[in-house]
Amino acid sequence: MSFLAAYRDREHALQLAEAIKSLASKLPPLKIMHVCGTHEWTITHFGLRSLLPGSVEVRAGPGCPVCITPASEIDLAAQLALDNEDVILTTFGDVLRVPGSKLSLAYARSQGADIRVVYSVADSVKLALKNPRKEIVHFAIGFETTAPSTAAEILQGPPENFSIICSHRLIPPVMDYLLSSGEVDLQGFICPGHVSTIIGVKPYLPLAEKHGVPMVIAGFEPIDVLIAVNMILLQLLRGEHRVENEYTRAVKYEGNVIALDIMWRVFTAKDSRWRGIGSVPSSGLQLKGEYRSYDALKKFNKSLPSDEAMPPGCRCGDVLKGLIYPEECPLFGERCTPSTPVGPCMVSIEGSCAIAFKHGVRRKRN
Amino acid sequence: MCLAVPAKVLEIKGDRAVVDFGGVKREISLLLVKREEVREGSYVLVHTGYAIAVLDEEEARETLEIWREISEQLQEAG
Repeated sequence: MSFLAAYRDREHALQLAEAIKSLASKLPPLKIMHVCGTHEWTITHFGLRSLLPGSVEVRAGPGCPVCITPASEIDLAAQLALDNEDVILTTFGDVLRVPGSKLSLAYARSQGADIRVVYSVADSVKLALKNPRKEIVHFAIGFETTAPSTAAEILQGPPENFSIICSHRLIPPVMDYLLSSGEVDLQGFICPGHVSTIIGVKPYLPLAEKHGVPMVIAGFEPIDVLIAVNMILLQLLRGEHRVENEYTRAVKYEGNVIALDIMWRVFTAKDSRWRGIGSVPSSGLQLKGEYRSYDALKKFNKSLPSDEAMPPGCRCGDVLKGLIYPEECPLFGERCTPSTPVGPCMVSIEGSCAIAFKHGVRRKRN
Repeated sequence: MCLAVPAKVLEIKGDRAVVDFGGVKREISLLLVKREEVREGSYVLVHTGYAIAVLDEEEARETLEIWREISEQLQEAG
């Protein structure tokens, strides 16, 4: 696309990298976190970390919806499909191979469960219309980018044989949680561009104020990320902590008001668990009372387990919290590879470990 | 999962549109965007079969222009 090609211009990228070096030389070492798998892909794919001075670190946080879905929820979806012959479970391709604590959806499928990959929740509703004698259960994962499409289908009144396991999560509450925990020392946030097309600028304002951290909403081309780092550094130099929007070509201040309205007509916020992180207040979505008939847990009389087991040795939790880089995990590239994943971050195309491994990063040996 | 891909709108059919992802054509839903903002020829961000934002080409050019100037100044100041 011609007007976006300029966002990959090498010369401009190098110029922005020089500007970052110049700004960073006037600042103490600092860490910036982003919370989007696509940002991690851009940063790794275009080698942006190699353009940054040593004193500026950009770490990935919990920005991969597949990775942060608790193992217990994957177990539950897999078990539901295994136990009920009349169920067709639909989900997005990324989820299929993610290990739960006991099962993965791919394993359940190999044991005879009818589990199908869909491109869109709309495909799942179509499947329900075509198969009136089957129960179609959509495993609905994803952040604010995805939740409005689930809500849009529910508002249109899908057939009674359609229901969802609602595993949607919200980004600003987990940013607040991480900043409040003090576990990760962060001086800036690159806010996720696609989530922000939906939620806009406003939800970040109280976070920047409360934690005194600059936040910049950024697009997904290399130039976008380098501009965002410049913006954060400029704020730090000026002693500011504002929310800025670099991705103005897609993100409006108020967000996508139609999508937000649809999402909040159908869902309400609830405390939810994040894999490797724990329970985060008001960070998940559940169907409102009038739409509970579409809740697969209610329909099949299931409840979400409150415990969560991580595979032994797996440090996906620390990767998701930005405490370590993927190559610092002892399993990375050895027991855990994209073909033999131990943790979710090695499975999803948005998982930090899978992105690192596929770009040739290998484990650091002491 | 939060992957959203820019696509050019080729044809609008009520609440749906045929878009072009750089050669691959697909029908998508326009339920989540303001219909009056989508025109044939405009670019939308598509996520799991739904347009979630209409891209503003002018804003895209403006951001680049502003940052060309700022980064030149920062380099010189450095």
